[in-house]
Amino acid sequence: MNSPSQHIVEIRDLSISFGDNHVLKSFSMKVGEGENIVVLGKSGSGKSVLIKCIIRLLQADSGSIRVMGEEVCNMDTRELDKLRASIGFLFQSNALYDSMTVRENLEFPLRRHRRNLSQIEREALVMEALDDVALPHTINYMPEELSGGMKKRIALARALMLKPRIILYDEPTTGLDPITAREISALIVRIQQRYGTSSIIISHDMNCVRATANRVVLLIDGKSYCEGSTVELAKSKDEQVRGFFEQTI
Amino acid sequence: MEWSEWLNQCFRIGNLTLPLVAITGFIMGLVITIQSYPSMAAFGAESWLPSVVSVSLVREIVPVITALICAGKIGSGIGAELGSMQVTEQIDAMEVSGTNPYNYLVVTRVMASTLMVPMLVVISDAIALYGAFLGVNMKQDVSFSLYTHQIFQKLTFNDVLPSIFKSFFFGFAIGAIGCFKGFMTRNGTQGVGASANSAVVISTFVVFLIDLVAAQLADIFSIT
Repeated sequence: MNSPSQHIVEIRDLSISFGDNHVLKSFSMKVGEGENIVVLGKSGSGKSVLIKCIIRLLQADSGSIRVMGEEVCNMDTRELDKLRASIGFLFQSNALYDSMTVRENLEFPLRRHRRNLSQIEREALVMEALDDVALPHTINYMPEELSGGMKKRIALARALMLKPRIILYDEPTTGLDPITAREISALIVRIQQRYGTSSIIISHDMNCVRATANRVVLLIDGKSYCEGSTVELAKSKDEQVRGFFEQTI
Repeated sequence: MEWSEWLNQCFRIGNLTLPLVAITGFIMGLVITIQSYPSMAAFGAESWLPSVVSVSLVREIVPVITALICAGKIGSGIGAELGSMQVTEQIDAMEVSGTNPYNYLVVTRVMASTLMVPMLVVISDAIALYGAFLGVNMKQDVSFSLYTHQIFQKLTFNDVLPSIFKSFFFGFAIGAIGCFKGFMTRNGTQGVGASANSAVVISTFVVFLIDLVAAQLADIFSIT
């Protein structure tokens, strides 16, 4: 168990609702330095809402989110932009800028946060990120020319451009064939090992969960229902927990 | 200010709309002249044709028709582009990467359309007047120098400046409405279509509204 000083993300009593729909109700969770944590839950249970609150794409109604010791909920825009540079975000839909080439997609965060870099240095960082995801040949492709798996990898490369300490993955394997999904899961683990990043992975793909999770938090009814390693949770007698772990071979 | 994106938008809005605006301007000049000729001839006032046509083209017809074309092309383009970015989370991705999407997407597009629409109007004015020259020559034999002389006998800064001035407002409204509708897009691809559509409809309506206000103000301040 991590001591509080080692927690890179600490969420306490987080609540958010949309009208009468109370999505998160006093949700709490901690993520340790260098840890891959998977948030598991049914569709519509608020998993994506949770990570959008962490990066403040959504504003929580109440509660506290501390990222690297900083309270996110009260940050002004400048502080938030600075923090966001330390967090990578992989969107479920990849969210590649479809009017830009792969190179321009990858350069986009650099042009904002590393303005002093020369073109050669930018090029080197772009190539490094593309090498990380094994797609250096796609540098001049448009997003529409890429397959689903390639788009996911490029989106991940873009998330890595600023060498983030934390990466938030929103359903990284959804919509991919089993082989590509396995490759993406392996890539997530490789990135954690290579860069020492902490990750919050939103998923209900149990193969991805098993491959990537150091710890799993089960989100049910807007609350952290239980947490533990995949092995611990797989042995659980609780029906709700077993429902997730029995579904796959 | 995102200057490179602003320049990119100026190019897309200005350059890519220019052919459409130029052809329409030419046709307007030609058609208005051909249609006005019989009425003028009935009063024996054929020699007034260049002056009358140029004033009506420059003051009203060209700015409004150009703005309506821009509302269709630019307004729908911005609405659909930003709408599509909204539903595919590209705007969220921009925000997450520490870029203010309002500065990068909205300010650049609104400023580009505010600047480009008046420029398109001026170019379209010139082409429409050339079209009118050809229209006049289909009925009479008038030299270009006589034609321009006849135009500038009646056409004054009080005709040209208000029309350019209101074009800035047309451009601003078209850009702002397109961006607003794009950012407000919900419900996937169906929402993108609806945003593009309503951007055009509202922009068109607002163009007429601005034109009405401009006409009233010109009247109040005796710029007639």
